[in-house]
Amino acid sequence: MSAHATAVGHAAQPQGGVGVYTQKVGMWVFLVSEVMFFTALIGSYIILRWGTGAPWPDPRTVLAIPITALNTFILICSSVSMVKAYAAATRDDQAGLKKWLLLTVLGGATFVSVQAFEYHHLVEKGFLPSSGVFGSAFYTMTGFHGFHVTCGVISMIWVTIRAFRGKYAGGNYRGVETIGLYWHFVDLVWIILFTIVYLI
Amino acid sequence: MEAAEHKAPNYIAIWALLAILTVVEVAIVYFRLPRQLTVVSLVFLALWKALLVALYFMHLKFEPKRLLYIVLAPLPLAVILVVAVMHGFRGT
Repeated sequence: MSAHATAVGHAAQPQGGVGVYTQKVGMWVFLVSEVMFFTALIGSYIILRWGTGAPWPDPRTVLAIPITALNTFILICSSVSMVKAYAAATRDDQAGLKKWLLLTVLGGATFVSVQAFEYHHLVEKGFLPSSGVFGSAFYTMTGFHGFHVTCGVISMIWVTIRAFRGKYAGGNYRGVETIGLYWHFVDLVWIILFTIVYLI
Repeated sequence: MEAAEHKAPNYIAIWALLAILTVVEVAIVYFRLPRQLTVVSLVFLALWKALLVALYFMHLKFEPKRLLYIVLAPLPLAVILVVAVMHGFRGT
């Protein structure tokens, strides 16, 4: 097939030249643009922290690292439950799919709740976006990430409802795989942000 | 053509490794090693974890090469951006 396609030239290219289905390519292209979005935020952080000479508090003294480390672990767990849901969907294991999707929603919602609790606590302590460049950078970076998780949770609820309606039965797992890519990406971004904002 | 043909990776093992690496990261912060060693090891661990997520959870390892090229495309740009902004502060 491919030899034939090469012989005839690009006009005979099979549909979806990347070799995967269109939704997956679309999600990856979106995620690639997200890479640059978050890289720009990280670049701004580097400039603010090391370029301005502004006083920079030790994150350990301002932020609650153990709680956030636990939250990081929760997000990693929700990534595992997501990949388990995908594996169940590929096996057409509908009960497993529903169970793992519900756990994923729970994990994501817990992460956002802990972050909201953290924000509340920090604001009560007087640490605000207006509290210097560290405050601005902290709330901008974690806020954009939290927004991504929130979007993910809403989408995941939608996918879970569809799973309960049997929309992914019979090996039709593309929707689960595509939302999973987004979910894991948000987890991946958090791994980087947690290191940069909280630990370094 | 689709990815379902490959043997599924051991997701629980990846999860355990990610959890262990997270514990190591937090330990590094509290051990108060020399500053440069702390930063270098934390960045290394974060990239390691990110790679695990991308390769196994996003199953990039099992995707066609052409999709991989799309995904790798922004990484040189991201590295250039970070190196460029850091370069300005060397020695300060």
